[in-house]
Amino acid sequence: MAMTIHVDIVSAEGAIHSGTATMVYAPAEMGEVGIAPRHTAFISRLKPGDVRVENERGEQEHFYVSGGMLEVQPSVVTVLADTAIRAHDLDEAAAMEAKRRAEDALAGKVAEFEYAKAQAELAEAVAQLRAIEKLRKMTGR
Amino acid sequence: MAGAKEVRTKIASIKSTQKITKAMQMVAASKMRRAQDRMAASRPYAEKMLQVISHLARATPEYHHSFMAVERPRKRIGYIVVSSDRGLCGGLNSNLLRRLLHEIKALRGEGIEPVFCTIGSKALGFFRRFGGNVLAQTTQLGDNPHVEDLIGTVKVMLDAFENQQIDAIYVASNEFVNTMTQRPVIRQLVPLVGGEQEAMPLHWDYIYEPSAKTVLDALLTRYIESLVYQAVVENGACEQAARMVAMKAATDNAGNLIDELQLVYNKARQAAITQEISEIVSGAAAV
Repeated sequence: MAMTIHVDIVSAEGAIHSGTATMVYAPAEMGEVGIAPRHTAFISRLKPGDVRVENERGEQEHFYVSGGMLEVQPSVVTVLADTAIRAHDLDEAAAMEAKRRAEDALAGKVAEFEYAKAQAELAEAVAQLRAIEKLRKMTGR
Repeated sequence: MAGAKEVRTKIASIKSTQKITKAMQMVAASKMRRAQDRMAASRPYAEKMLQVISHLARATPEYHHSFMAVERPRKRIGYIVVSSDRGLCGGLNSNLLRRLLHEIKALRGEGIEPVFCTIGSKALGFFRRFGGNVLAQTTQLGDNPHVEDLIGTVKVMLDAFENQQIDAIYVASNEFVNTMTQRPVIRQLVPLVGGEQEAMPLHWDYIYEPSAKTVLDALLTRYIESLVYQAVVENGACEQAARMVAMKAATDNAGNLIDELQLVYNKARQAAITQEISEIVSGAAAV
């Protein structure tokens, strides 16, 4: 029997693949790497690309990753895949966007807040009505 | 005594409300199951990452990332507040915000200023009314939240931490105990609370590509994002569970109300008939 290595591909949103392989190819940051069983411990960032897993029958399975981390130990390979395309300026843009949204919201430009506020007021009014109704029940009839 | 017709329309309107709450209850039940699956699916990633991080932290003692650094004196604390986008889920959001408010009051007493990032429109609406320094926000994540939507918000907080604008980051969200119980919790995120430091049996280290520092930086950011993602997913499951319970209560209440009104209706109908008969009888007697 051929020597095998365990492969786990997981992302933050769920497990993608788990099984054994005779060889794993991954797009590491400094060039593609091939991982055979009993590879020494190794850790690297991944570039967007194809992770290929070759099983005992010689079949190859392809998994696209948009980046992430590759962790290798002699008997197990773990791919911690990103679910989003990451780059420093993209992250920066996302952060700016989140900040802008907060500023807009606090300045009161967005309609959905008025909605939330109206809802709160409505709930208050309903509670008051209910209280009045109860009072009426108790006193009159 | 109200007229029989009025009561009948009231019963009809309550019945239609009951249908709606019943439907919402069932929708929430099925969504809850899916949300729980997502909760379970996000765990292996974070667990694996924690393993790698704790190994790296022990293997490279010369490099200390600021997220792992020792606590510094606290002047300002950042809270990432996870809430739902929609209401009608019982006291889920208000319990969480009340818990947070208590904490903030205690902090203010010690002269510590809180700043916030909000996820979900309920928390944002709250801080708008209550007043608070909100640095960043995201809303409308939907039933299937993605890590992608959280990157920006988390980065704002992490940047603030690295620039020493805040001295710690906490996540406030609901913990899913079971369908009936959700508990508001406030967990410390940064500086990372260290796991148990088991002794390394053999000294071995990774080959790093390109270097330990870059690898560790990338890992830590992703780890924290995945923790926030987990909180969001768990809060989603809590939301659906709370909504299911709230809607079940509403459906039951509507049922009780209908029963009561049905009695009133019967009485009114009976009274009307009695009155008619007595009118006819007295009319006949007069002839």
